[in-house]
Amino acid sequence: MSVRLDASFAALSDATRRGVLEQLGRADASITELAGKFHMTLTGMKKHVGVLEQAGLVTTEKVGRVRTCRLGERGLDEAAAWIERRRQLWDARFDELDRVVEEMKRKEKASGQKKR
Amino acid sequence: MGKRSDSRTTVEQKSERELVVTRTFNAPVRIVFEAWTKPELFMQWWAPKSTGVPLLSCEMDVRTGGGYRVAFGADASTAMAFFGKYLEVIPNARLVWTNEESDDAAVTTVTFEEKGDKTLLVLHELYPSKEALAANRGAEDAMPEQFEQLDALLGALGANVGRS
Repeated sequence: MSVRLDASFAALSDATRRGVLEQLGRADASITELAGKFHMTLTGMKKHVGVLEQAGLVTTEKVGRVRTCRLGERGLDEAAAWIERRRQLWDARFDELDRVVEEMKRKEKASGQKKR
Repeated sequence: MGKRSDSRTTVEQKSERELVVTRTFNAPVRIVFEAWTKPELFMQWWAPKSTGVPLLSCEMDVRTGGGYRVAFGADASTAMAFFGKYLEVIPNARLVWTNEESDDAAVTTVTFEEKGDKTLLVLHELYPSKEALAANRGAEDAMPEQFEQLDALLGALGANVGRS
């Protein structure tokens, strides 16, 4: 679950990809149309759509030569969003704790003796 | 699929009442345990700057049956206190404490496990009921900005999906 959430958050960390989601929220669109709207190359847009697809936020379907994109069924529901917020909080705390234990290790080394 | 490289913390909901947080620290258990049990060290990391709410004070009597009290806020008049007691203290191995400021609060168990010269830390929150966990979820308004943006975006997306 956390891996999937990570994929969602990575997917949403980019302004273009958020724009694509907003666009698809209004109407389905082909990759060519999206590339045009966001002034990007086809290859660039394919990459963005690939990331969104991987995260389950977008699905695509190829009909003939046109690949149509639409919003995925799965968003982040309330529970998943809460878990991600908790993760962010603990992650921030533990980054600080990392700093504190590094400092403690450094001091211990400097004093040249083990405490216990 | 890989995890984002900037995150070494995992959070998993194990059941309707349980949340489990894990992280490995690059230090022996005795150092990590000390950082959890000495107020002057604990205060250096428990309230990261990104949350925007500083820790005002911290008292902890770390022994089985001992109490703790942690106050957050910009100043004493707006401070919010969290308090409870330690149900179990095993030095360099295990801490269990209650949260008594609310009926919906969880019992937290932290275990410290030596892995070579690293420490595997597992924090387990057990809520009194499924409803208590849900209430905690609903009450959490202190969202970082990016989540508000995300929620707004997802809300809009959800509405659009519903419409189509």
